[in-house]
Amino acid sequence: MRHTLRGQTLTVYLSGELDHHSASQIRQELDALIRDSRARRLVLDLSSLTFMDSSGIGVILGRYNQMARRGGSLAVRKPSSQINRIFDLSGVYQIVERL
Amino acid sequence: MNGNKMDLRFSALPENEAFARLAVSAFVLPLNPNLEEMEDVKTAVSEAVTNAIIHGYQGKGGEVRLQAQYDGESKSLCVEISDEGVGIADIQKAREPLFTSRPDLERSGMGFAVMESFMDQLEVQSALGKGTKVRMTKRFT
Repeated sequence: MRHTLRGQTLTVYLSGELDHHSASQIRQELDALIRDSRARRLVLDLSSLTFMDSSGIGVILGRYNQMARRGGSLAVRKPSSQINRIFDLSGVYQIVERL
Repeated sequence: MNGNKMDLRFSALPENEAFARLAVSAFVLPLNPNLEEMEDVKTAVSEAVTNAIIHGYQGKGGEVRLQAQYDGESKSLCVEISDEGVGIADIQKAREPLFTSRPDLERSGMGFAVMESFMDQLEVQSALGKGTKVRMTKRFT
């Protein structure tokens, strides 16, 4: 999973499709990166994510909770319009910032 | 071009979530949907098939049936996803946004809300111990 760590900001580039099938591996990889980097801010770059259904909401809110427990925050950037509609519908932007 | 239909049965395995949405998107191609309409259908099908696998069969496997038909004149599509799993005790409750029976799996409870919002019509029939059928329709521009 491509990622960069600048200061306390961990940016992870998600690619491919995020559904129930791929969610468990993506979740595991993200959790390992969060743990190892000790970042205070997680930015998920979605520009190469070609598909996401509501399974992705679970993944994102789960990571939001993890970051919040560490006193940190989560933001997403460059969601496709399809993904953005799912975020809007789910109220994700009430707690997750869109960059 | 008149009517067209398809009827697929596949194992209730997570890897078939992608298969199901790709099968439907290939099937509707002759209707020339725009990109957004195509994404709508793929997303809704993905939600319904995932529900069948996780909730209907509780991850223990079974068979999912995916039927679709369209009318070329009216450009209207009807998709049905059915399982013979445990069924839904309270459909009203299940359809409420953010309600999930599986918070342990980090499910968001948004599946039915997404189907409802991305398609024109959503109908859910379910019987405990017998299974669930989700019927969705959408008319393309």
